[in-house]
Amino acid sequence: MPAITSAMSVPPSVPGVDRNLDTSRHASAIDVRNMNFYYGEHQVLFDISLMVPERSVTALIGPSGCGKSTFLRTLNRMNDLVEGSRSTGVCLVEGQNIMDPAVDVVLLRKHVGMVFQKSTPFPKSIFENVAYGPRVSGEKNRAVLADLVESCLRKAALWDEVKDRLNTSAMALSGGQQQRLCIARTLATNPRIILMDEPASALDPASTDRIENLIGELCANYTIVIVTHNMQQASRVSHQTAFFFKGRLVEVGPTMKIFTSPSEKQTEDYITGRFG
Amino acid sequence: MTIHFVREMEHLHRSILSMCSAVEELIHDSVDGLRSGQTELAQELSGRDGEVDEWDIRIEEECLKILALYHPVANDLRRVTVVMKICAELERVADLAVSIAERSAGIAAHGSFPMPERLTEMTREALSMLHDSIDAFVEQNPNAARKVCQRDEHVDQLNRDLIDDVVTVMKQRPELIEPGLHLFSVIRHVERVADHATNIAEDVVYLVEGAIIRHPRLPRRAGSNRLGGAE
Repeated sequence: MPAITSAMSVPPSVPGVDRNLDTSRHASAIDVRNMNFYYGEHQVLFDISLMVPERSVTALIGPSGCGKSTFLRTLNRMNDLVEGSRSTGVCLVEGQNIMDPAVDVVLLRKHVGMVFQKSTPFPKSIFENVAYGPRVSGEKNRAVLADLVESCLRKAALWDEVKDRLNTSAMALSGGQQQRLCIARTLATNPRIILMDEPASALDPASTDRIENLIGELCANYTIVIVTHNMQQASRVSHQTAFFFKGRLVEVGPTMKIFTSPSEKQTEDYITGRFG
Repeated sequence: MTIHFVREMEHLHRSILSMCSAVEELIHDSVDGLRSGQTELAQELSGRDGEVDEWDIRIEEECLKILALYHPVANDLRRVTVVMKICAELERVADLAVSIAERSAGIAAHGSFPMPERLTEMTREALSMLHDSIDAFVEQNPNAARKVCQRDEHVDQLNRDLIDDVVTVMKQRPELIEPGLHLFSVIRHVERVADHATNIAEDVVYLVEGAIIRHPRLPRRAGSNRLGGAE
């Protein structure tokens, strides 16, 4: 899929986290149109249409079971792994419909990386965790790999903490460090889009703070879609917020607007804690 | 939403309503003193202004506590910020009430200055605007609030006319310049009361609709909640 692998255009100057971001003025990294998703006969997503601007952070919020994680996983076809699942509609990633059965999902997931709620380091050294993706893709040059590992660990704000013990087991890192290692591992395959499913929900406040700062820095070069149950986190890190309820997209808009004067009463009731 | 948060918000609402009553009473007594020429009123009102200042601090602290502990969003956030703003407006109205009483004493001390007839109309209108803006806040009625905003221009016109009247008297009778200057200040203070009422009414529109209606002539920024001209 050449469109997925083409070089990224020169990024516009991106402000820190502008919660008033006028998303209509940004090119879309992801453009979902009329998506429906089913687990067997059970429909869990209903007619979702959502544009994700490139090099921005979009937060998906909503009560448990509303479909936000399912939606996130459709963006790199992780749901294909669930037997009996199917979807309809269009999901354009940088202009290419990734719901086309002909799409190479391995290549897709290389360019649309994912960070999970629970950190999932491989039982290998810190270095090997980050080098794993490029190695599998054919990179054998040790010097190139070393540069790549350092670069990714720096981008993930972990380099200074691990540079003297790259060959020790990743399993010995703290939970927060493991999660940042997973982000570094995701960055190593040179993705354009990073999907995060509650990446800080199991972390202490200091580690959460580091992850949030990291998201703020990464969005200058990457498009990030994050699922979170933490309303404050959504308001802190995202430019755009989308509220899901019972499998439907109730409202999407600039984060500032969603958290000061949402258009829909359901959104207001959810974010103010009146239900959910 | 925790029961603690609900209780804090209810308490905040009761506090701001108490402050509204205290300030309305204060400004009414001040304007009554203008008519009756009571010279000792300023001191009494100054004491009551101190109580309003205490409300001001207490309500601000309540708002900061809610913001820090509960991180309110959407209509809850708008309510807390609007209460903080209304509280500041009311505190200034109370200050103006004291100033009006002090100026009234100044006028009385320098003999009789011919009171312009339209001053009564102006004070009645300004106080009515304040009352209606507070009612709009209590009822969360943006339409009533917008009507208050529309009345400000009438008070501004009365202000200009009355200032002209006072200047005319001072030119014709230079011995009345000193009480004339006191009256000049009274007129300005009453006009400011109407401005504060307008500000409160604008805050009510924001509270209910999430739209900032101040400064409509300014261009609207992208993503802003402010209503206004084209970008």
